[in-house]
Amino acid sequence: MATGRVSVIGGGLAGLMTTIKICELGVPVDLFSFVPVKRSHSVCAQGGINGAVNTKGEGDHPDIHFKDSCKGGDYLADQPLVKGMCYAAPGIIYLLDRMGVPFNRTPEGLIDFRRFGGTLHHRTAFAGATTGQQLLYALDEQVRRFESEGLVKKYEGWEFLGLVKDDAGIVRGHICANLLDLSIHAFRADAVNLCTGGPGLVFGKSTQSMICNGTAAGAAYQQGAIYANGEFIQVHPTAIPADDKLRLMSESLRGEGGRVWVPKDGKPWYFLEERYPKFKNLVPRDIATREIFQVVREMKLGVDGKDQVYLDVSHIPEETLRRKLEGVIEIYEKFVGDNPAKVPMRVFPAVHYSMGGLWCGYKAGADGFPIVGAPENHQTNVAGLFAAGEADSQYHGANRLGANSLLSCIYSGMIGGPAMVSWRNSMEKGADAAPSSLFDAEKKRWEERFTKIKGMRGKENPYRMWRELGEMMTSHVTVIRNNKDLKIVTGTLDEMSRRWNDIDVLDTGSVMNQAVPFVNQLWNMLELAKVIAHGALARNESRGAHYKPEFPDRNDDQWMKATMASWTANGPKLDYKAVDISLQKPEARKYG
Amino acid sequence: MPNVEFRIWRQDSKDAAPFWEHFEVPFTKGLNIISALMKIRENPTTKDGKKTSPPVYDASCLEEVCGSCTMNINGKARQACSTLVEGLQQPIELEPMRKFPLHRDLSVDRSRMFDGLKNAKAWIQIDGSHDQGPGPRQNPNEQDWRYVLSTCMTCGCCLEACPNYGPQSDWIGPQVVSQVRLMNSHPTGAMHADARLETIMGEGGITDCGMAQNCAAACPKEIPLVESLADMMKATTVKAFKDIFRR
Repeated sequence: MATGRVSVIGGGLAGLMTTIKICELGVPVDLFSFVPVKRSHSVCAQGGINGAVNTKGEGDHPDIHFKDSCKGGDYLADQPLVKGMCYAAPGIIYLLDRMGVPFNRTPEGLIDFRRFGGTLHHRTAFAGATTGQQLLYALDEQVRRFESEGLVKKYEGWEFLGLVKDDAGIVRGHICANLLDLSIHAFRADAVNLCTGGPGLVFGKSTQSMICNGTAAGAAYQQGAIYANGEFIQVHPTAIPADDKLRLMSESLRGEGGRVWVPKDGKPWYFLEERYPKFKNLVPRDIATREIFQVVREMKLGVDGKDQVYLDVSHIPEETLRRKLEGVIEIYEKFVGDNPAKVPMRVFPAVHYSMGGLWCGYKAGADGFPIVGAPENHQTNVAGLFAAGEADSQYHGANRLGANSLLSCIYSGMIGGPAMVSWRNSMEKGADAAPSSLFDAEKKRWEERFTKIKGMRGKENPYRMWRELGEMMTSHVTVIRNNKDLKIVTGTLDEMSRRWNDIDVLDTGSVMNQAVPFVNQLWNMLELAKVIAHGALARNESRGAHYKPEFPDRNDDQWMKATMASWTANGPKLDYKAVDISLQKPEARKYG
Repeated sequence: MPNVEFRIWRQDSKDAAPFWEHFEVPFTKGLNIISALMKIRENPTTKDGKKTSPPVYDASCLEEVCGSCTMNINGKARQACSTLVEGLQQPIELEPMRKFPLHRDLSVDRSRMFDGLKNAKAWIQIDGSHDQGPGPRQNPNEQDWRYVLSTCMTCGCCLEACPNYGPQSDWIGPQVVSQVRLMNSHPTGAMHADARLETIMGEGGITDCGMAQNCAAACPKEIPLVESLADMMKATTVKAFKDIFRR
């Protein structure tokens, strides 16, 4: 039996929960992250985490959460995992509470819950409006405890570059760069888990952090891992536009009573409330975003004729705003200068989340639930490579419900960690027994690539090329997609990959050279952009976040299947895989 | 619109000779320091037209919640993302924080802050991550003040402002003390309060605080650090007395 270490790449919620589970099984972990793990992108999640605890006595139940999530995802998620997640959710919230997360409380001292999109129940636990930050800190603290006990070794300020596989194609380790001096190192690992978040930077500006470049998933894809459902990109309805990033204005603002409107005929027009009398401002994000686009772009009713609508919380008592939404109110005040308690906020949709990601397997029992500890769980098609959190493609189908992402990050760690350990224990020989030549060869390959990049003296500025990529992807591969445009995009992406060779790296420094890794990341971003664009081009239907006016309806006969992209030198090869809908029959997705 | 002028600290490594470089960036409404740095790297040319390398800086969330992009802006440590250009005196001077070892340009090594959290056992000792049912009930008023302490993003502004913190001293700093207070006020965390207090009673501990009280004013999250220091001084004093009588 293998007895070596395992590697977790990424220290957000998924990576940290994975690490905790592995440590509890007594297995040592190497934990890699661009940044100190406490600065991971999970801090940006604001609104909360879902779990059908039914504190409000509304008859909520994990099964209703499960049904809401399947419907919210337009039935593209494999249902056993979704079911496992929803039933585990109350226990996860209790666990986080035990870890010390300062969840808001009811007068009785219980965890308080608020409304979120795509459900009619109060199901979202929250800590002010910085819930992701608070959850991340709690897990960070637990991992620090394991670090002090010697079970975790952190590599903060390191970047994953690629896998090391043996002749049988089994992952035996990986290559990482130390970002301080760009030295390249090989690590042996009996299992590797990419908990590396989403590819927001492929769209240039998004609500995601500057570290969310998708580079690790892009690298694994180029080494044979299947990237699934890449075309499903969530565009959040409400964010503040800016030059550097689009700052999220949490769905919790609407959960607490915020209203979306534009002026029409001299009066406020609450178009979501009018069009969706049942769910009102809390329709799922894909729907709210399309409605905003229709009102602003087609009806030309944007506030002041611009790409913006009002998000109004000025009718909510300031004390309530402060207690339940302070973090997000503060962001608006700091970056825009207006007080949302007095003036309606001006917002517009922004790229927010990738439902797609690395394809992962699972093993379900006869009861329909995933079997915890099965090595299939969260393992990709590459033996020994796992993925969890936003980097995976499970749970959210064609559209994610708000406050389900913190949940899926943690749940995927809870079953992904034990799966890695089972996989490790099932192997006769571990990575320690793999020949050094495997590691030396990969290390040499990466050293040569970095040397090549450091010598690039072409004409293209990599940061401008990145902006160009983002603008094109945002214009044509987000809310409204047309095959004519998508064809142009796929062609332009190929052209950009050629232009990549003519980059000027800008920096020859030997300490903390940020340009060299960025140029490498940009290559991987282009590869993921191709997956997203080709997947969108091929899928001639509309489902969840993927909307084509030419094919406005969901087409279950032809398209109730996951897109499975495999890398080839000539672009992504697309195959399709049936979705497991054995637990919840698809129905029309109505929120009227 | 006029251009915005920047004067940026350049230093290739901690041992290299530092120098200043001047840059100009076109003003746009709502321009923040990070956007300006992003514009500079799209055209890394100084005001005099000299081609240079893009200034190195840390940045991640850009919403003032991760703490990465902390640097000295016109002499005050703050987050570059939430610092808008409008209203700042020009040229806007960007310098690395001085209390931490330099990586390069505006990026510093803050690992000592995380080591401090490790030494202070700043976590809640749970029995395991398996489902054990609900945690202890908590008073909403308690949650309210504890939440504020829990928003510390380990940015380092308090330490940059503290006259007693730096390479010359072992003082762990107010942010660690405040986290001890946070953990000790949790119903489960309180069970191990003494163990945490011990970590801030030795060398570099709370008695090294000089009570300059700069920290609370410097905190971008308005965490009442002075209150935390006072509270923990009281707690450690009480513990010290108890320890005497227990002997």
